[in-house]
Amino acid sequence: MPVKSIKNAVGRLIPETINGKPVIPFQGVGKYKPTGRKFAPKIVTCADYPLDGNKLVPNLKEALIKAGIKDGMTISTHHHFRNGDLIAVEIFKIAQQLGIKDLVWYPSASFPCQEPIIEQLENGTIHHIEGSMNGALGRFTSQGKMKGVGVLRSHGGRYQAVQDGDVVIDIAVIAAPTADPFGNANGVEGPSACGLLGFALADSQYADKVIVVTDNLVDFPCIPWQIHGNYVDYVVQMGQIGIPEKIVSGTTQITKSPDRLLIAEMTAQFCDEAGLIKDGFSFQAGAGGTALSIGVFFGEIMRRKGIKARFARGGSNKYLVDILEEGLVEYILDGQTFDLDGVRSMRDNPRHVNTSPFTSYNYHGKGNFAGIVDIVILGATEVDVNFNANVVTHSDGYLLHGIGGWQNCLFGKNVILPIPLFRDRIPVIREEVTTICGPGELIDIIVTERGIAINPLRKDLIDKMKDSKLPIKTIHELKEEAERICGKPKAAEFEEKIIAAIKWVDGTVIDVVKQVKK
Amino acid sequence: MSNKAVAGNRGDDIRSDCYVELELTKNKGIQIDLQSKVKTLFGDSIIELCKKELKFFGLKNCIIKIEDTGALDYVLAARIEAAIKQLIDTDKEYLLDLLPQNKYKTKKDRYRRSRLYLPGNTPKLALNAGIHKPDGVILDLEDSVAPAKKFEAAILVRNALRSVDFYGTERMVRINQIPKGLDDLKYIVPHNVNLILVPKCESAEQIKLVNEKIDKILNKHNLSYNIFLMPIIESALGVIKAYEIATVAENVVALAIGLEDYTADLGTQRTKEGKETFLARCQIVNAAKAAGIQAIDSVFSDVSDMEALKQNVLESKSLGFDGMGCIHPRQIKVIHEFFAPNEKEIDKAKKIVNAFHIATEKGLGVVSLGSKMIDPPVVKRAQRTIEQAIDAGKLKKNWRNNYAG
Repeated sequence: MPVKSIKNAVGRLIPETINGKPVIPFQGVGKYKPTGRKFAPKIVTCADYPLDGNKLVPNLKEALIKAGIKDGMTISTHHHFRNGDLIAVEIFKIAQQLGIKDLVWYPSASFPCQEPIIEQLENGTIHHIEGSMNGALGRFTSQGKMKGVGVLRSHGGRYQAVQDGDVVIDIAVIAAPTADPFGNANGVEGPSACGLLGFALADSQYADKVIVVTDNLVDFPCIPWQIHGNYVDYVVQMGQIGIPEKIVSGTTQITKSPDRLLIAEMTAQFCDEAGLIKDGFSFQAGAGGTALSIGVFFGEIMRRKGIKARFARGGSNKYLVDILEEGLVEYILDGQTFDLDGVRSMRDNPRHVNTSPFTSYNYHGKGNFAGIVDIVILGATEVDVNFNANVVTHSDGYLLHGIGGWQNCLFGKNVILPIPLFRDRIPVIREEVTTICGPGELIDIIVTERGIAINPLRKDLIDKMKDSKLPIKTIHELKEEAERICGKPKAAEFEEKIIAAIKWVDGTVIDVVKQVKK
Repeated sequence: MSNKAVAGNRGDDIRSDCYVELELTKNKGIQIDLQSKVKTLFGDSIIELCKKELKFFGLKNCIIKIEDTGALDYVLAARIEAAIKQLIDTDKEYLLDLLPQNKYKTKKDRYRRSRLYLPGNTPKLALNAGIHKPDGVILDLEDSVAPAKKFEAAILVRNALRSVDFYGTERMVRINQIPKGLDDLKYIVPHNVNLILVPKCESAEQIKLVNEKIDKILNKHNLSYNIFLMPIIESALGVIKAYEIATVAENVVALAIGLEDYTADLGTQRTKEGKETFLARCQIVNAAKAAGIQAIDSVFSDVSDMEALKQNVLESKSLGFDGMGCIHPRQIKVIHEFFAPNEKEIDKAKKIVNAFHIATEKGLGVVSLGSKMIDPPVVKRAQRTIEQAIDAGKLKKNWRNNYAG
């Protein structure tokens, strides 16, 4: 039966239902305003929990059975262990042994280490993923092999979906580097320390059943209690819940590529000339090599000018911690720690603050701090001449990345995408992006090694930079330059089948991804 | 001749390149097997290019296998041509259009502070070289190319000269040592190369040979333009002959020194202090200046140590060198910054140039500063210092607007 489609506010055709549920097409930034009340979990009573606070059960399987795992449930996990996670794969192996079918996996992000889950996707244990589909999982999904339609959300959108009841989590499994038998848990101590557990906050608050899994059980109280035991049903002690060296991935090194360093240098110079780097400013620089280098260049500029930043938004790592300790920034507001220096600093330094998607990103709240950040550095796989950007698919149509906090960060005051003009002959600036993840009105500056384009909506910036020596060009000029060098690429071809939906921060659907042509 | 040939590069680190295997067959027509990481977007255009080129060389029956890692057309075309020319004997060349922006000429006395070496057979490094704004790029056919790859590198460099936009930087090629290097000239001379580096130069005769060959090629192609030469002195004999080499022809615009080979020739080790090369460096500077041309220092090879590079640049400058080679784009900025004049030099130049402007405005023929007369060459040098200071961002273009004197 053909599904009816509606054109959304960025001109993409969105089906009326996805996975059998009605969807709301994207209506424009700030346009969709839901009414009603938030989702409320069930009332529980202490009478049903051990009075001595001991919620230990012998193993994960028993915990899942006690939690009532059954067909069609939604199981959530978090990604603070990044590519060192051992728990998600374990959960679905157990589900398969128990003969459970059609689960929905609701991770805050997926990583290459979770590739084995393809087995459970193939044999029907899992119906679909709502989270991110990276690498091999993305390839599998793009080939149309997943039973249901994947749903991708931003970190803030994930909190929003749980809070609003768009997604009802039946069982949350929270891998915790340290926990006590009552279920209090944190990420700063223990052999699998990952810094914080902010991505699991919504899960703990709203899931029907919450299981905490740890390889470092301590006596009550587990302090700091980033996750409150008051939300937790069961605690499981295991030998190992993550691979420490992969939790801190080591991919977060400053780039050595001269071309990327040039982009980073141009970005920092742009911010300086545009007057964005001033006493008390704030910035966010991600974990990519280019973004890290920009942070280092910012540090140099601050030192030269003798000024300080009020706060920096993490993902934190050594480089950010260094400038915090040097006193160049007053606070790190951190969403995830990328290396051991980040973990140590968060544990020991009260100015290194752990945050959750609720405080930083949730769009259905009374504000969030993403909008307070002065300079936001983000990436993209593609940007089009209207400044719309894509972070989930490649130009060949394959879904390979998640959204992360990217959409949420677009609300920062000056959003900058430092990206190469082309990658391996593939132009990054396109007539139209393959998948729209963020509307162009929120993206201010594109910095490439061959020129910088300022969004025409930002007349203030255009004016400030009119005498700059930096190569300021129009986005069309950049696109033409890329095509002059690379040739004009053909567009990717797709089948009719929709394999994933891209949610906007308010729960509406901004785009869909189709199966790549066989 | 064999009926199978390969060209190009493959492997984990290879990008923006391709590897071509070509096999001539008797009667099966043309079979193209393309593996490419950009196949969805550029597969059709790659196959079209391949067919056109095979047709151009008259191949009707062959199996061609291309493993592509995002090569641009000029790279694909060069690799295919290199494979074909191992199997058939032809003088034909498959040339893509010369980019209009590559038709520029350079001046004899332009800046040559930095010249970035690019291994001639490594396309990924050439593509973005110009954006780092060195004064010159060197497409190298000599030491950075393995002997077995010399042939395909020459074709690739030829195509790069036509198709890669180096954004106004001086386009140089280092040929192989003479006499072998003479064979390289036909690949570069007709394609608007700005300057040719002649390595291990030991006699004026070698420069004459190069110039004769250049003239012959230009004549053959009905072209007439200046191609500058920069001999590289890399031996004890070369150092002795430096002045003869510098003065043998009008188009010799600079003398460069190569210290690795020079120290090997002396039978000693190259040290950080550089005592063993002090004489040679001074000799090169002296010979060059006596000939009225530029003196260019050797490369500094520790790409991670910017502080040591800075010291090296300051010493080069103090000896009288005008520039040096670099092997990594990040070195360019340091080289430009420290070859640029320092505060003291700028202050002095400002006084002189200011006096010159005042004299011109007043219509005076003589420039004077206080009680001193200033000679024209001194004014010229001061103007150049000012230019360099502006270029290095150490002085505003309109500095005279609020110059108190």
